Amino acid sequence: MNLNATLFVQTLVFLILGWVTMKFIWPPLIAAIENRQRKIAEGLAAAEKGEKSLAEARAAANEIVKEARIQATKIIEQANRRSNELVEEARGAALAEGQRLISEARQEVALEASRARQQLSKEVAALVVAGASKLLAREIDEKAHADILEQLALEIERG
Amino acid sequence: MRLGLMASEGDGALGFSEYIDHHLQHLASAKQEALFDASVLHWDTLFFALLCAAVSLWLLRKAAKRATSGVPGKFQCAVEMLVEMVNNQARAMVPGKLTYIAPLALTVFVWVAFMNAIDLIPVDWFPTAAAALDIHYLRPLPTADLNTTFGLAIGVLLLSFYYSIKIKGLGGFLHEWTCAPFGMVKLSFNPLTWIGALLLGVVNVFFNIVEYGGRTFSHGMRLFGNMYAGELIFFLIAGLGGTVTVAGVALHLLTGSVWAIFHILIVLLQAFIFMMLTLAYLGQAHSQH
Repeated sequence: MNLNATLFVQTLVFLILGWVTMKFIWPPLIAAIENRQRKIAEGLAAAEKGEKSLAEARAAANEIVKEARIQATKIIEQANRRSNELVEEARGAALAEGQRLISEARQEVALEASRARQQLSKEVAALVVAGASKLLAREIDEKAHADILEQLALEIERG
Repeated sequence: MRLGLMASEGDGALGFSEYIDHHLQHLASAKQEALFDASVLHWDTLFFALLCAAVSLWLLRKAAKRATSGVPGKFQCAVEMLVEMVNNQARAMVPGKLTYIAPLALTVFVWVAFMNAIDLIPVDWFPTAAAALDIHYLRPLPTADLNTTFGLAIGVLLLSFYYSIKIKGLGGFLHEWTCAPFGMVKLSFNPLTWIGALLLGVVNVFFNIVEYGGRTFSHGMRLFGNMYAGELIFFLIAGLGGTVTVAGVALHLLTGSVWAIFHILIVLLQAFIFMMLTLAYLGQAHSQH
């Protein structure tokens, strides 16, 4: 228990240590701590913002996909309709063509028939004339009796 | 250890109480006769206190120089935790500017912790090493020297005067000394009130002296008492090792380890308490009565 001048020296050392710490140690450490706190706060805020914008982007993407889906359905529908139309059109055209062909064929047939009939009657007439002339043994003047032959032929034609 | 010391003393008759007496002798600049002698210095206390101060400043300065706001290293992290702890405590206890007070608290904590930690070094190492240098008395534990603990406590006292005057002005400071804790008589033309005021002033001053004195005394005594007692117990445990028997060595190992482990707590706790009291007293200096 000896008190002596050491006491004063220690008091001085104590005060000086405090001063040195205040000047050279405390400020950089506290500055680093505060900076880091700010950085962390900023980082957290940025993370939150990023999360929010990510959610927004996701929502926007969903919206776009939905719209695209709607558009696609619409397009498919349109295509279906168009193809139906095309099929209908083609069917109509085909039917018309068919009708036309049939009617043409009919006409042709009718024409052919009438032509054949004419031919036939002509031939019958010729045969009749030949037969008659043979029967009469005398040539009928074809020129003089052409009108009669014609008449005859017409009658046969009408049959 | 003790045997080694005895051998180095060249005195085979050194007993256990002499051993302890010897270990309690400071390396003083002169023989001290009175309780207080301003012409004497304890070289050992000063040397180890300054060594600890240098080590703590060096460590803290190293951390401060490397301090980045980026990802901190482990050492920087540890120092920063300490700084933040001290800063929070200072802010909680001192209602004012902390430019000097918080750094002071940090240094006091680290410095006192380092000085206390010398107690964990085996008690004979430093004295034996010193004996080799022809230094025959050495107490390496600065906080087991009243000069250190009272030196710090008086430093805190002076600072609390300084902050009191700074915050309240010299008038306010003197007013506090004379008018607290019992208040003051309202002066009038009646001479009795003058006498009353004088008496009350004297009583108030007396109480303030008791308050400041008791506070400073207990501040210094608390740390000193803990460290002195711890040191003494280490001496006693070392004394067990003085008998080179199975029981002696085993007891020395057991008690020495247990006490050293427990002492880690005391080392840090006392440093922390010293710091907290420093902050508390400086905080009180800021508050108005």
